[in-house]
Amino acid sequence: MCATCGCSADGSVTMHVPGQENNHDHNHGHDHSHSHGKKIVDVEQDILQQNNLLAERNKGYFDAKNILALNLVSSPGSGKTTLLEKTLADLKGQLTFAVIEGDQQTTNDADRIHATGTKVTQINTGKGCHLDAHMVLHAIQGMKPKNDSVLFIENVGNLVCPAMFDLGEKERVVIISVTEGDDKPLKYPDIFFTSTLCIINKIDLLPYVPFSVEKVKENARKINRNIHIIEVSCTTGAGLQEWYDWLKSKVLAPETV
Amino acid sequence: MHELSVVMSIIEIATTQMEGADASEIEEIELEIGALSGVEENSFEFAWKQAVRNTPLQNAVRKINHIEGLATCLDCMIDFSITQLYDACPVCGGHFLNIKKGKELKVKSLVVN
Ligand SMILES: Nc1nc2c(ncn2[C@@H]2O[C@H](COP(=O)(O)OP(=O)(O)OP(=O)(O)O)[C@@H](O)[C@H]2O)c(=O)[nH]1
Ligand SMILES: [Mg+2]
Ligand SMILES: [Zn+2]
Ligand SMILES: [Zn+2]
Ligand SMILES: [Zn+2]
Ligand SMILES: [Zn+2]
Repeated sequence: MCATCGCSADGSVTMHVPGQENNHDHNHGHDHSHSHGKKIVDVEQDILQQNNLLAERNKGYFDAKNILALNLVSSPGSGKTTLLEKTLADLKGQLTFAVIEGDQQTTNDADRIHATGTKVTQINTGKGCHLDAHMVLHAIQGMKPKNDSVLFIENVGNLVCPAMFDLGEKERVVIISVTEGDDKPLKYPDIFFTSTLCIINKIDLLPYVPFSVEKVKENARKINRNIHIIEVSCTTGAGLQEWYDWLKSKVLAPETV
Repeated sequence: MHELSVVMSIIEIATTQMEGADASEIEEIELEIGALSGVEENSFEFAWKQAVRNTPLQNAVRKINHIEGLATCLDCMIDFSITQLYDACPVCGGHFLNIKKGKELKVKSLVVN
């Protein structure tokens, strides 16, 4: 049992702060004494409840510190880390940032973020294919993001399971690149259903690939009529201003009670 | 393979409940899984076989209540069954839907001993 949060966790998850060593392990042992007699137990419990409770806790922490937490999800290689590198460099001095990087292995992405001078923690999920609220809870305990900052959480590259695991983020941002096919929303509807912003990246490659921006928008809106869509190229910088404007509008938005 | 995480959560919930009921064995477990819950049946089956070994659920009989998707079109206010989140309203062809059923993912009950 994890003493800090009272929850259980996969012992293969590790945390790294570039420049520091810091491992977090969980052990779960318990003793039992049981008596006998057959019984029906009415459970009626949501299977994701444990995650959702911890996500609520993260959310409370973010709200109290006025932190804008964004969960970035995409297929492997759509450009999440590149978009962050660009954003951190271009908005340096305008906003305060912190980053949590999720990958199965390596600290490559955290090292790339560290190079921009931004506070970053790497979560390695081992065999796990998504971040969950518990991992994020421990990451924020370690990194203590500043009040009024923007916290980017780059999820493991995967369009399937991150959809099910609320991390306590304010907004979920799904990124797709034009090399992935314009039917992506239909193939992975859950992630588009639960995201508020869709970024279409690598539009510099549009001349070389059969990808219809109109088609992908239409498909995304079949699943989520209200999803906001921004087209960008991290390579040429096209469209990035629109993303920065969106981001700033979220930071400045007063809390509506 | 989030199905493995799902199965791990089920084991945790079931074990806690079994212990709370002062029992040492789970004979039966009843689950509710919606068609739009994001759980894929084959992966779930595979994950279950791997994960329940050496847990109180190892020999439990598993019952799954499958819940079909049901949505309301927010433009026409009619209910209709859906199998995908991108299904269109059969009346207006629109996609402005409220999902009423199909997202369930629950442990309903246990029989413990
Ligand atoms: N042409 C082009 N390439 C891009 C663009 N954005 C990113 N890339 C390239 O795409 C590759 C993957 O980018 P990353 O930022 O590492 O992608 P990621 O989504 O963080 O990948 P994972 O963390 O492994 O899931 C890199 O080689 C980038 O240089 C873009 O706008 N245009
Ligand atoms: Mg990355
Ligand atoms: Zn913990
Ligand atoms: Zn026990
Ligand atoms: Zn996963
Ligand atoms: Zn309709």
